[in-house]
Amino acid sequence: MSLISISGLEKTFRSRQGADYTAIRDFDLEIHEGEFFCLLGPSGCGKTTVLNIIAGFDEQTRGDVMLDGRPIGGPGEDRGVVFQGDDPLFTWCSALQNVEFGPRLRGMSRGERESHARKYIELVGLGGQEEKFPGELSGGMKQRIQIARCLANESKMLLMDEPFGALDAQTRSIMQEQLARIWHQNETPVLFITHDIDEAVTLGSRIGVMTAGPESTLKGIVDVNLGAERRRTDDDFMQVYRVVYDMIREEVLQSLSREDQEAAA
Amino acid sequence: MSPAPEQVTATRPASDMQRESEDAWAALKKSANHYGIYTVGFFSLFVLWHIVSVYLFSSVLFPPPLPVLAKAGELMANGKLFEHVGYSMMRIAVGFTLGSAIGIVIGLLMGSFASVRRFLDPYVETLRFIPAVAMITVAVIWFGIGETSKFFIITYATVFIVILTTAAGVSSIVPNKVRAAQSLGATRTQIFFLVTLPATVPFILTGMRVAMANAFTTIVAAELVAANHGIGTLPWQSRLYMLIPEIFVALLTLALLGFTVDRCFRWAIYKFAGRYSPVRAAAQIVCGDCYVGLSLRRTKHA
Repeated sequence: MSLISISGLEKTFRSRQGADYTAIRDFDLEIHEGEFFCLLGPSGCGKTTVLNIIAGFDEQTRGDVMLDGRPIGGPGEDRGVVFQGDDPLFTWCSALQNVEFGPRLRGMSRGERESHARKYIELVGLGGQEEKFPGELSGGMKQRIQIARCLANESKMLLMDEPFGALDAQTRSIMQEQLARIWHQNETPVLFITHDIDEAVTLGSRIGVMTAGPESTLKGIVDVNLGAERRRTDDDFMQVYRVVYDMIREEVLQSLSREDQEAAA
Repeated sequence: MSPAPEQVTATRPASDMQRESEDAWAALKKSANHYGIYTVGFFSLFVLWHIVSVYLFSSVLFPPPLPVLAKAGELMANGKLFEHVGYSMMRIAVGFTLGSAIGIVIGLLMGSFASVRRFLDPYVETLRFIPAVAMITVAVIWFGIGETSKFFIITYATVFIVILTTAAGVSSIVPNKVRAAQSLGATRTQIFFLVTLPATVPFILTGMRVAMANAFTTIVAAELVAANHGIGTLPWQSRLYMLIPEIFVALLTLALLGFTVDRCFRWAIYKFAGRYSPVRAAAQIVCGDCYVGLSLRRTKHA
């Protein structure tokens, strides 16, 4: 049985002007145990909408969204979320206090949760930064604290919404390598939202490509059988890249032409 | 025979030493500039006061600073000034604490629950436009001229500002912080105490600082009208006997007292609540007509 099972998902946003917007329609997706699923699509296609529904932040208009065979009803500790920006970090808490937040909620003793949190801060390579506050950390460090905070909560799966989208190119590629390394250590299932093909091919074990909005759906799924060591210059990497690129190019063009039409209207 | 130890000369190029002493000089000049201008600015007030009162508008109704300071010394020596200040500060302490406590609770409730906000909004949005000074009459009728009426007025002067800033703080919390807490398994109660409350602390403290200034204004007016002791009674009673220097002593005391209390407040915020203020974005609140910025830089940016 798959971990996440979505069938016939539809999401319509009610607008005050009366013109409702159907972002997602007829969307089906299965996410299995132990896989790193990248959801890839042009901007504005509703990737984040899908993630928000799985996270329980938003409710679907129609369709079934199941976690372990049970419908999702609101956010919960079984689905850790890593957000794109740094605003979900608690600015009044040190890095350590941020990471031990989940265990603290469940009443883990002070000493126990501290050593637990330190382990995960070490894992994301931020040993020695425990006492710093988010305002004192760089963008990449803050994202790693977010990841450590989710990992320390030991949730059933991770939902990541373009977590490296706001970082510079060099930092991003190092963060991708680190995330891949961490993921291969524990293989917690991940749903990773991105619009970057390179990022999807670097990280994913499967890549789902979405069509351009409105009424986006899943266009197709690409299996990535590249193993743990991936190099952008390898032939098989390029091959997967090309397959995904051809799938998404059409959608991006469509999305752009729609934006042009809207601008002209 | 052992070789002679190598001679090490400790002289450095003259230009190097010169540069170093220039640096030290520049640093000294900078700090002298900083504190010097501050001190000069402070004392220029007295010089200006002296010039105006002695050479421009020489009058018994406008005493120069020296007689005023002499009078202040006299009033301090016989303990009268401290007695007045003590009364006023006690009233402010009680009223301000009460007003802040009530304001924080109501503000948190209004910020957290839409129903409470809708219910209380008409009260807050009308009552806050009645100046505390206008409530003095009512307070005296209700509670007499004793301490209770002063406590009531100061509480009244404090409570609405604190309510507004607290409620604004709660409603301006970043949704992703709440979502993150939910995804980590926090219950509604845990979110309130571990996320909403700490995120609101900078707003609460800013509101309290503004309210403190308001409390100062109000206590003087209240004591002016109905009290036998307190710094506000000093100018009014002195007026009856044309004791002009006493009036100026009272004004000077108010200025220094307000300055000192606000500095203490700022220091306490920095010392005990620095971590609650986001380092980059200072908490900035538009409160009535005044734009208040509370900037607490706990540490430098990494």
